[in-house]
Amino acid sequence: MSILVNKQTKVICQGFTGKQGSFHSEQAIAYGTNLVGGVTPGKGGDEHLGRPVFNTVQEAVDATGADATMIYVPAPFAADAVLEAADAGIDTIVCITEGIPVLEMLKVKAVLAHHDAYLIGPNCPGIITPGECKIGIMPAAIHAPGTIGIVSRSGTLTYEAVHQTTAVGLGQSTCVGIGGDPIHGMDFIDCLELFEQDPATKGIILVGEIGGTAEQEAADFIKHHVTKPVVGYISGVTAPRGKRMGHAGAIITGGEGDAEEKFRALEDAGCAVARSPAEMGAQMRAALQ
Amino acid sequence: MNLHEYQAKALFSEYGIAVPPGKPAFSVREALAVAAELGGDEWVVKAQIHAGGRGKAGGVRKAHGQDALEAAVDALIGSRLVTHQTGPQGQPVDRMLIEQPCPVARELYLACLVDRRHERVAFIASSEGGMDIEEVAARSPEKMMRLLIDPVVGLQAYQCRRVAFAFGLDAKQAAALTKIMFGVYRLFVARDLSLVEINPLAVTQTGELVALDAKINIDENALYRQKATEDLRDPSQEDAKDHKARQFGLNYIALDGDIACMVNGAGLAMATMDLIKLHGGRPANFLDVGGGTTTDKVAEAFKLILSDANVKVILVNIFGGIVRCDLIAEGIVSAIREVGISIPVVVRLEGTNVERGRALLAESGLHIIAAEGLTEAAQTAVAQAQTA
Repeated sequence: MSILVNKQTKVICQGFTGKQGSFHSEQAIAYGTNLVGGVTPGKGGDEHLGRPVFNTVQEAVDATGADATMIYVPAPFAADAVLEAADAGIDTIVCITEGIPVLEMLKVKAVLAHHDAYLIGPNCPGIITPGECKIGIMPAAIHAPGTIGIVSRSGTLTYEAVHQTTAVGLGQSTCVGIGGDPIHGMDFIDCLELFEQDPATKGIILVGEIGGTAEQEAADFIKHHVTKPVVGYISGVTAPRGKRMGHAGAIITGGEGDAEEKFRALEDAGCAVARSPAEMGAQMRAALQ
Repeated sequence: MNLHEYQAKALFSEYGIAVPPGKPAFSVREALAVAAELGGDEWVVKAQIHAGGRGKAGGVRKAHGQDALEAAVDALIGSRLVTHQTGPQGQPVDRMLIEQPCPVARELYLACLVDRRHERVAFIASSEGGMDIEEVAARSPEKMMRLLIDPVVGLQAYQCRRVAFAFGLDAKQAAALTKIMFGVYRLFVARDLSLVEINPLAVTQTGELVALDAKINIDENALYRQKATEDLRDPSQEDAKDHKARQFGLNYIALDGDIACMVNGAGLAMATMDLIKLHGGRPANFLDVGGGTTTDKVAEAFKLILSDANVKVILVNIFGGIVRCDLIAEGIVSAIREVGISIPVVVRLEGTNVERGRALLAESGLHIIAAEGLTEAAQTAVAQAQTA
């Protein structure tokens, strides 16, 4: 078991024949992801990487029964790509693209409120169920099938958590990078809820960062609804106020979003807290014993 | 990206938001010309910097007569203004906004921003505008009204009326406020803004509503479709190194410590800074080199780091994802050779082909200290900084 994606998930790629789309589709296929085709407007009917190319997502869904998509189209066209996937009835939409204007994302979220689809991202590494399905840009080799669910706002910090849980012999059930943008799809709570219900997940690592209040809300959810052990880490203790730290969402403004406040909220919710990013794996193992 | 007040006010005028008559000036001579054009014998001189808190820091002055105007402009122009938002070095002042004074009866507060929690554009309004708005927000949040805007229908007139009557404005002023709020919303959407702040929004002694100050932030992600706004960028208000970094696709923010960091990924970059602090050191910067770690990019990153004289040690922390560690190691070695680095470089590599990568670093004959694991890397860097 796992959450959202597994061996049966039929995946397509939007932006299939582009440089990024080609590279990561190739990697996904090599990993064993059930990639059933892709979409590039104007190239419908072609074959790429041994898979069919379609002009629209609707055609791809009709022909292949795809239920997940990974989006690698450039930022100016990415919001359109997300809405196209939702309209075609895709269940899990993974948008890797970085740099989508925030006003576009507000519109996307308003439309998605009327759909059942899960959106992961944008500006995220994607989702992987080790040994079964890789949708995204994460390095495959560091993962191992196992029992820890990982949810994170940061790409490379997800890799740290993965690497450490693999090293201590726990492995991962599913890892979700929810992305670093201020307005994004699935949040911590959505993932925590799914991990709590997933029998294969024995423990959860939550990797947050400065900016916004998502971690505080997640802590509140954990307090009331999560029975599995949770290890939390927050980056940005040393970040200066008012500066955007790489991610568009990582900015401390007006007393909202500082790292200490988030650590405290997680501690109050009964989470084990890793004060050092090097200790996420060790803390998780200790929490499970 | 931020705009100057005078640039923001020009946009306000374009969108029908009333502002006091005024113009920018880059010298005493220009200031006198602007004053003559505005008429009268009293003007407000406002230093143009990308930071708040100017009023309390002496960056906003009233001048009676030409001599006083000349003295005020002369004192400010070419100086660096230090406010509670600028840091100890302050921001350079190279231009003024000269305005006609405005007799104020009441100071209101109006802002439009992206509310992350509700995933909506929102207006924030308060009847207690002025210099202490942050205190009002912290002390009595109930005095800050929040209106969420549905992206399908946009701002509605009833929302403006709700604010107006909560402020105790009369019917004519309510209409003026409605016009201002609609102007702000149209401007916000048309120009891809992430913040518009009017503090104070003045009710004048004759009952008019006028935006006395104007703050605008633009969504960096939307600059590709906002070329006209991009042209308003003032690099002199941005840290020179931050600015140079952006040209090379690096994400750099200067801090005041002595251990420089070079990291791939924003989250890991922040975590690396935190780890340095956790082990008793002080980070000199935030630097995210991004995914494609080429030799050129790494070399530029090293140059940037070394332009900070306080740096005693460099800590390189790369989690090689798609990019293989051996390629990254090659990039680091040739970049160090190219740039010529004499201070210790602690390198922690992890990911695909890590053994080959570490071997390349060891064989280079350079002063590179390879560290295994995050903790060892941070401890080594801190120890090196202490003995340097």
